Formats: sequence, C-alpha cells, structure tokens
Amino acid sequence: MTSPSRRSLLLAGAGVAAGSIAGCAGITSRAPGARVVVIGGGYGGATCARYLRMWSDNRIDVTLVERDESFVSCPLSNLVLGGSKEIAELTIGYAGLSGKHGVKVIRGEAIAIDPSMREVRLRSGARLGYDRLVIAPGVDMMYDSIPGLNNEAAQRRVLHAWKAGEQTVMLRRQLEEMPDGGIFVMHIPKAPYRCPPGPYERACQVALYFRNRKPRSKVLILDANEDVQSKKALFMAAWNGPYKGLIEYKPNSTLLDVDVAASTVKLEFEDVKYSVLNVIPPQRAGTIAREIGMANANSKFCQVDFRTFESTVQPYIHVLGDAIQPAPAMPKSGHMANQHGKVAAGAIIAMLADQPVLQAPVIANTCYSFIDDKTVVHVSSVHRYNAEHKTMEAVPGSGGLSPAPSEVEAQYAFAWARNMWTDMLG
Amino acid sequence: MANRHRMGLYFAMSIAASGAASAQDGQTRLLAANCSNCHGTDGRSQSGMPMLAGLDRAYFVAQMQDFKSGKRPATIMHQLAKGYTDAEVEALATHFSSIKR
Repeated sequence: MTSPSRRSLLLAGAGVAAGSIAGCAGITSRAPGARVVVIGGGYGGATCARYLRMWSDNRIDVTLVERDESFVSCPLSNLVLGGSKEIAELTIGYAGLSGKHGVKVIRGEAIAIDPSMREVRLRSGARLGYDRLVIAPGVDMMYDSIPGLNNEAAQRRVLHAWKAGEQTVMLRRQLEEMPDGGIFVMHIPKAPYRCPPGPYERACQVALYFRNRKPRSKVLILDANEDVQSKKALFMAAWNGPYKGLIEYKPNSTLLDVDVAASTVKLEFEDVKYSVLNVIPPQRAGTIAREIGMANANSKFCQVDFRTFESTVQPYIHVLGDAIQPAPAMPKSGHMANQHGKVAAGAIIAMLADQPVLQAPVIANTCYSFIDDKTVVHVSSVHRYNAEHKTMEAVPGSGGLSPAPSEVEAQYAFAWARNMWTDMLG
Repeated sequence: MANRHRMGLYFAMSIAASGAASAQDGQTRLLAANCSNCHGTDGRSQSGMPMLAGLDRAYFVAQMQDFKSGKRPATIMHQLAKGYTDAEVEALATHFSSIKR
C-alpha cells in the first residue's frame, strides 16, 4: 500500500488537477490529489484544513475528522458563566468548511495511527490513508493525581468546564442553583495548561454574576502555581477594585484530593468546604497525539519543528495547538493554534510539492480577557523562528498588555471572535 | 523514489501554474495570515475591525510606522507592529493593496 498503488494514484490525480487549471478547478472538483487528513476541528485543525484548501487552490484533498457535531469556542465561554452570553452564540457548525471550501468533514473519532501504512483508523472501523497527517486534538484532562475525582460519577458533579460546551452550561446551572452566601471554589493546575489567563477571567465572570445576583457569595481561587500566570496586575486590580471582598486568591495551593460526599477539598495544610467546585485538572496532549511516541516532552506534549509543526519523532505527522510543547512565551491559546495551522498548511503544501519550507516563520498571539461584561484587557506577542536556536522566540520590544480594562477592547474582542471564527470555519 | 519525485513535480507544476507561493510570496502570505485572525481572511474584515484588503500601499506603510513610533495611538497595534521589520511591512502593504474588498 505504501507505495506503488498510492503513488501512481497521486501521480494521476496531480495530472488531472494540473489539467483542470484552465477550466478553473472549482471547489466541487474531486480529482484525487495529495491527501491530508486532519484530526480535530478546533482552532488549529479547522484553520489548517481551510488553509490547506485555500492555499493549494483546492488541489489538496483534505479530510477533517471531528468528534463533535459543532465547534464550540473556549474563548468567550467564560461569559456564559457570567451570564452575558449563551453557549449557542459560541457554537458554529462545519458546513462552511465543507460547503465553501470542499473539506470532507467526517464526524468520528480517530483511535489509531499506522505510520508505516500512513493510515488513520477511526472508531467506526473506517481507515483513512494520508500523505500527510495533521493532529490537533487539544488536551486531555488528567485525574490520576486527584483520587476522589478519578471516576466518572465524581467528574459529573465536579466539572472542569475547560472544554466549552455541555460542561460550561452545566457549571452555569450549578452556579444558578447555589444559594446566596455560598462559596465557589476553583482550582488551577500547575502550568502549562490550556489558556493561561482563562481561570482568572473565569473568577471575574463568576464574581460578576455573584455581585449582580448573589452578593453574599464568594469566589475562592486555589492556584497550584506560585503566582497569577497571566495579566497579573490587571486581574489583581479587578480583584482589589470592583470585585473587592468577592474574590480571594490563594497561590501555592495544590489540590491533594476532593471528598465529593463531604463537599470538601483537601490541600496540604487545610481542608476547604465548597458550595460549587470547579477543578481544572492537569492536562496533556489529547490521546491520539500521544500515540506512537509523539508525546516526547515529559510524556505529556509533542515536540515539533516550528517551521512545519511536524513531529520531531514521526515524519509525515504534524501536531498543532494545545497538544504541542510550545516554545517559551508561546501560550496554549486558540489564537496560537490558528497560527500553527497556517504555518503547517503552508509547509505541507510546499513539502507535497518537494519545495523548500519557509525558514523563518513569524506568528502572533492576541488574547483578550473579559473583566466584566463590558470591559476587556489583552496580552499580545509576536514570535519569530530563530534558526540558530531552532525555536520560536518572542520578538524583542514587541507585544505587551493593556494599561487598564476598556470598553473599546471589548468591541475588539468580539470583532476578533467574528473574524477568527470565519477565518477558521469559512 | 522516481515516482515520488515525479508526483512532486506534477504537484509543483500545478501549484506554480496557479500562481501560488515562491519562498518570498510564501513568507508574505504567512505574515498576512497573521493579520487575518483579527482583520479577517485576506484582510476582509467581517465587522468591528478595520479592513486591510484594498488599503492604499503608502497609507498602510505610514500607519504601521506610526504605530511603531507611537505617533498613532492604539490599544494593541503599537505592540504588534514592532514585531515586523520595515521590509515585511512594505511586503504586507503591497499584498493587501492588491486584494479587492
């Protein structure tokens, strides 16, 4: 299978594609060209799928495998907890990718990769051959260090809500059902975790809801880290300002265990009772990205060549988004994942054509956090590949933070979301 | 290997014929795609963020230089503009000015 049959198929396909240029190859053309399979339709995978089609003038055959019916955005999802957004407003189907861009979208789950055959196997039993494979599964939650949560029943009561969707809505419901005077306890794992400022934004959004509806209630942040991981001064100003008395922050607070029956979390030096508990557990790359030795950073995340996002272990396989071991100062964010997808798409198109890849890619990050329902702060950065150090490095003098929360940045944050979602999903 | 190489050639021909991506063009295409997260694919913003598509070349360069120097106040562009060289700004200006709105 590796070769003669598929190569001649590719050869034939490429020939057909080349012949069809004059007739303006439409997106409905189904000439069998080079085949790329993308696993995961989030910020990284969907972007990569779309840009593979767009930048190859639809000549590459792209199949996207996604477990869920629709994309639900993690960015903005804390607003569902605060009460200013509904989850439906953050939910978008994949019809644009298939209808406008000719990506074949398969709803299913990839469960195994055969690198020698260059095949992906789905839970349904289907097998998909590829010339290049893109894996963007996001993160898996790790409960093995929290015995009391290491079972499904406990995980249904103590939510992470760190993948937007059903859990976000369930956590909002728990907050609504909580009597006034209760305490919302949130645990933040040691970095690296998905979305460094996300938990602190969540604390603000829950405090906003309490201030409006349950003013005798409190937010307690138990952070396993020694300090606030992102936008520290901006968040602290909110906690000591508009949310004073509503939010308590405890650093160096690693969760040892949870007693769900007694509604108690166990820390090293104390036990804490909660009314609603939200544990964001430690994370690692999604299961499929940890197959065949790819999770070569602490057995958790995947090291990649930042010029191509190809695995440093498995040739022909590219890993994107939160599943990678990022370069220093590169956060695990949706915006970054979108940028990974574009670098990878360009590189894959070049590699399939036996052309050189870009030697100094540049990518940027912008991350907005909502302090309440009207004001927003950001952190930004620009990252450039350093050939000597073989990694992405923040460009000196670039990037930075908002000076203070502002309403104009809230408008930009919503515009970011509209443009981003269109950029990735068509 | 020979087959593989020929496949590459055919693919390369089809890519070249479609007008896509020399190394320089590829780099500019990627830089421009950095902008599209906020400003829309190909600089065609949906709403709420300035369009980059079709902007006058000289205007684009001047704005980016003013962001870099701090002459034009901004919430975020003064920070992002400093991540790109003058040559990259020129290339981006040419790129976006050639895109129809």
